[in-house]
Amino acid sequence: MGQYNKDIVFGLYNDETELMHAIKEANKDHLDIYDVYTPFPVHGLDPLLGLEESRLHIAGFIYGAIGTLTAFLGMTWIFTKDWPIVFGGKPHWSVPAFIPITFELTVLFAAIGMVVSFYTVCGLGPGVENPILDKRITDDKFCLAFDTHHVSVEQAEKFLKTTGAAEIHNKTI
Amino acid sequence: MSATVSPVREPLVQGGKTYHQITEDLISPTERAPGKEWLAIFGISALLAGVMVFCIIWTIWVGIGSWNLNRTIGWGWDITNFVWWVGIGHAGTLISAILLLFRQKWRTAVNRAAEAMTIFAVMCAGLYPLIHMGRIWLAIFIFPYPNTRGSLWPNFNSPLLWDVFAISTYFTVSVLFWYVGLVPDFATIRDRASGLRKRVYSFLAFGWTGSAKHWQRWEALSLVLAGLATPLVLSVHTIVSFDFATSVIPGWHTTIFPPYFVAGAVFSGFAMVQTLMLITRRLLNLQEYITLGHIESMNKVILVTGTVVGVAYLTELFIAWYSGYIYEQFAFFNRALGPYYWSYFGMMFCNVISPQIFWSAKMRRSIWWTFFMSIFINIGMWFERFVIIATTLARDYIPSSWSYYVPTWVEVGIFIGSMGFFGVCFLLFTRVAPVVAVAEIKSILKTSGDQFVGPIRAHHNEVMEEYHEAEAHGKVYSSHHHEESH
Repeated sequence: MGQYNKDIVFGLYNDETELMHAIKEANKDHLDIYDVYTPFPVHGLDPLLGLEESRLHIAGFIYGAIGTLTAFLGMTWIFTKDWPIVFGGKPHWSVPAFIPITFELTVLFAAIGMVVSFYTVCGLGPGVENPILDKRITDDKFCLAFDTHHVSVEQAEKFLKTTGAAEIHNKTI
Repeated sequence: MSATVSPVREPLVQGGKTYHQITEDLISPTERAPGKEWLAIFGISALLAGVMVFCIIWTIWVGIGSWNLNRTIGWGWDITNFVWWVGIGHAGTLISAILLLFRQKWRTAVNRAAEAMTIFAVMCAGLYPLIHMGRIWLAIFIFPYPNTRGSLWPNFNSPLLWDVFAISTYFTVSVLFWYVGLVPDFATIRDRASGLRKRVYSFLAFGWTGSAKHWQRWEALSLVLAGLATPLVLSVHTIVSFDFATSVIPGWHTTIFPPYFVAGAVFSGFAMVQTLMLITRRLLNLQEYITLGHIESMNKVILVTGTVVGVAYLTELFIAWYSGYIYEQFAFFNRALGPYYWSYFGMMFCNVISPQIFWSAKMRRSIWWTFFMSIFINIGMWFERFVIIATTLARDYIPSSWSYYVPTWVEVGIFIGSMGFFGVCFLLFTRVAPVVAVAEIKSILKTSGDQFVGPIRAHHNEVMEEYHEAEAHGKVYSSHHHEESH
């Protein structure tokens, strides 16, 4: 995604417990971790990497609220201003009858908005091809990567070796 | 981590799997040519889907008169099938959303397939109201846009329009939820593939890398989508029930309909999940992922929801009597003992009485009984909708317009054909995507794999042995004994 290339040194671990241990060591040594890649969501990883809680749910709330307002105000405008019709002698502004559609659009807007936001902030999407460090990361390898701009190659390799990485590789992405 | 697992809890992943083995087992079915069994079932399904297409074209060409609906019975097999298919879809969302909120780990083995089932079932369901319109090319008028004859809008007060919103939202959210879960698994397929296959799956995988931050957001997204899908799934069948409950027809105009419909939907949906999973685990050799424990869990849900449905039937009968309202009383008398008595008793037998065999653990864990019962329940739930719709309409307020309804070959063809269409979709799905969520199974392996739960079971046995030994020597550490000795 970036304009310039990054030289990455990465180690592949065989188990998530080894990876977690390595991250703890890296934190102790004040090594700047570029990223961590795993085949499945590993629990307990976020606090170790200092990842803040995702704010996606806040976005979801906002999208939902937009949906609520769109549906409710839309129906209100249509049935009281744009084209008022009497159905079965009921008032034009028949609020209880608007609730089901209001609810459905709340959910619809929240869901679509969140999914679109998720892929946008992650830089993912149809046809996007991000550089892959190793093909086995989506299978059974747990990857810890260092950017050589921040951590020297020797330091990174030495660290990966001592924390038990099964394989150590370099790649420019 | 594994120390927190209860020793009495069954392992959910059997066969001592490694992460790599899980990838192999679950991805490889998409990489090899289909077997003979698959081809045979696919052929039959495709043939039936062809019958559906033919009968739908016939309906549109000849007109709705090719069905046996009349002035008295305006809703027949079409709406019965619509409600039946929507109901089936509900189990998928229940498994993937509600069980996610409840942190039920066994859902990981069946959620992917159940969500696929939801999507295909909703597609089948949506078909019926559309063709029921007769002039399907006017279907655009159900969507709210100011049309060319002045700013005339659809009626937002009508439950039928609520249905349009509910079903389309449900379909959209289900597809999104399903796809969000599929992306990491598509990435796994991509990283094993080459050539054109790699290109296709690269596109589908959205550039997924497995970065920790992405996983974190992915989990946050899944959780909120589950939180949204849970009330959504309840709302969908509630709104479907409003199609009936907000009318003034005796037998339909009841407040019990929403919970009763939702319970029935989950009931029939789980039965369909069982049918599909029992076939799929055999076709794709997934016995170590979809274990007897999973089947038993689902049978428990079937037992509960079946009993809820049974209570609802009896409540309806009681309230009809207790209301003192003769039209309501007649509606229920007519359901049970009128011209369609056979469908009422079919419904009672299949939905209320037969699932009670699942009180027995042996039955819950029997593959043949489960398969047999799953078919039985789906027949029963079809009868339920038919009873509600056709028998109620057949005997309206004016005896001179009473009628009896039998479907034509066109209606039968569309229904049987829609099962074929569903089969085609589901079978294709088993070829192009992993039927079991690969990443999610890996994430529960350490807490639910039999090699991890196993050692603890050994520990449990050790403790129990010590206990029995102590008991034999009269040294039992129960609080009761402590109190005695004081």
